[in-house]
Amino acid sequence: MDIDEVRKVARLARLDLSDADLGVMAKQLSAILQYVDQLKELNTDGVEPMAHPLPVQNVFRADEPAESLPVAEALRNAPIRHGDFFGVPAVLDPADDLSH
Amino acid sequence: MIEKTAGELLALQASGSASALAITDAFLTAIRDRDERVKAYMHVDEAAARAQAQAVDDRRKKGEPLGPLAGVPIAIKDVLCTKGIPTTCSSKILQHFVPPYDAHVITKLKDAGAILIGKTNMDEFAMGSSTENSAYFTTRNPWDLERIPGGSSGGSAAAVAACEAAISIGSDTGGSIRQPASLCGIVGIKPTYGRVSRYGLIAFASSLDQIGPFTHDVSDAALLMEVIAGHDPRDSTSIDQPVPAYSKTLEQPVKGLKIGVPKEFFGEGLDPEVEAAIRNGLKEYQKQGATLVDVSLPHSPYAVAVYYLVATAEASSNLARYDGMHYGHRTSVKGDLVSTYSKSRGEGFGKEVQRRIMLGTYALSSGYKDAYYLKALKVRRLIKNDFDEAFKKCDVVMGPTAPTAAFKRGEKTDNPLAMYLSDIYTISCNLAGIAGMSIPCGFTKSNLPIGLQILAGPFEEEKMLRIARMHERATDWHTRRPKL
Repeated sequence: MDIDEVRKVARLARLDLSDADLGVMAKQLSAILQYVDQLKELNTDGVEPMAHPLPVQNVFRADEPAESLPVAEALRNAPIRHGDFFGVPAVLDPADDLSH
Repeated sequence: MIEKTAGELLALQASGSASALAITDAFLTAIRDRDERVKAYMHVDEAAARAQAQAVDDRRKKGEPLGPLAGVPIAIKDVLCTKGIPTTCSSKILQHFVPPYDAHVITKLKDAGAILIGKTNMDEFAMGSSTENSAYFTTRNPWDLERIPGGSSGGSAAAVAACEAAISIGSDTGGSIRQPASLCGIVGIKPTYGRVSRYGLIAFASSLDQIGPFTHDVSDAALLMEVIAGHDPRDSTSIDQPVPAYSKTLEQPVKGLKIGVPKEFFGEGLDPEVEAAIRNGLKEYQKQGATLVDVSLPHSPYAVAVYYLVATAEASSNLARYDGMHYGHRTSVKGDLVSTYSKSRGEGFGKEVQRRIMLGTYALSSGYKDAYYLKALKVRRLIKNDFDEAFKKCDVVMGPTAPTAAFKRGEKTDNPLAMYLSDIYTISCNLAGIAGMSIPCGFTKSNLPIGLQILAGPFEEEKMLRIARMHERATDWHTRRPKL
């Protein structure tokens, strides 16, 4: 993995990394990818991928109303709070910014 | 007092020889004396612990029914949500997080009367094998303070080994209970996937994570499993199967026991002292009439590679929730939405967590998903098939839990891959979703504990515990405590 590839993945992962960090990351990730490349030795034609170990699919529960978290509790850990809402950066109009 | 097992502490209370408060005070004193050196705990609330103990004593005095763990101090890995008690996952991103609800396992422990004495240190987001990835401090191995306790549940393992809690709870995604149990000389169980509800467990890799106990001996482990196992509709992967009374059948040896010994677990990289202790453990079973059967897990050499694709892919998705919007760290640098996400995550996550998010994001990204993620899922199937074949020939599979005893602090921190390889024997169990545990089976010449790993088929915890007890009954490794 070169540094440009690492920068692209960091953008996808929403991680702000310094150029120095990106450089170290490129080296370490390349070493790990080289190690996992051993999987290519194996013939897996016709093998069903296994996403989880359980023999269950689509578990449903009864649709019964139950108590939910009170607003004050749900907002208690909010980094920024505006009344009964989470304060967040503007998504569309910059004038709506409530991030700080 | 502090060196006693949960079973012994329950007996002391039943006979009136000690109160829950006296027991709790003894452990709080031990924490005050020892934790400066061991550094197992993230958070201890003495007043809350004493109030819980007082409540148990009051119930006993009034003749009210008491739970199966009444008055037993327990430490909790800081990955489980505890209502009103800080829960950090040993990450800066959750530094000030106080959960508004209890994890299922916490509710079960409270109902059982256990005394929640504190939250323990861990590798950040359970990513690591030494507890050196904690954003706060490194936990020490109670047997040698210059060495690591293992990880990621190193704080919970060290708390029990150092007698700063009678029992504790950890989580195991690739060995994070069994490996520190082995390195700290105690018992640790990774239950079958789906046996214990993950509700309220901060997710790392959802198809691999399981919660399990750390204890001094097998009967405490059976007792704790009875409390935490069972169906919970809030976790759709929790299986609705009755929980056997593990402690009732514990003393029944398994007749005609067949132990599968995979040659892949005794190859290059296994420390000779560890191997000798494991072979001795196997001999102990032979003395009791067990037969050793050669089995093969031909795909197990690929387990670490599969794990570091599957676990990181799942983690990159699970950890997307930490975006600084609803809870957790938000950057103070003003900017648009995406830069606020990216800066908050860049500042809040430690290096190893970032590395794994990056690897997982890459493995799932367009153009690479088939070559990495899907390929890994296919090999995961082959690893599970290996176990299915092996269990046709034996009751359980045994081998070392870890390739070496506890290593020194800083020894592997610069080489992520070397650190990953310390989980080489534990990872395949999580990938296959089967049950596994580590029990003490010896010490190195420099007095470091060694663990024997027992792997059993899905939902075979009852048999696994009985088999573990067969070894324990004939040996005294589990009675040793470090000098602190």
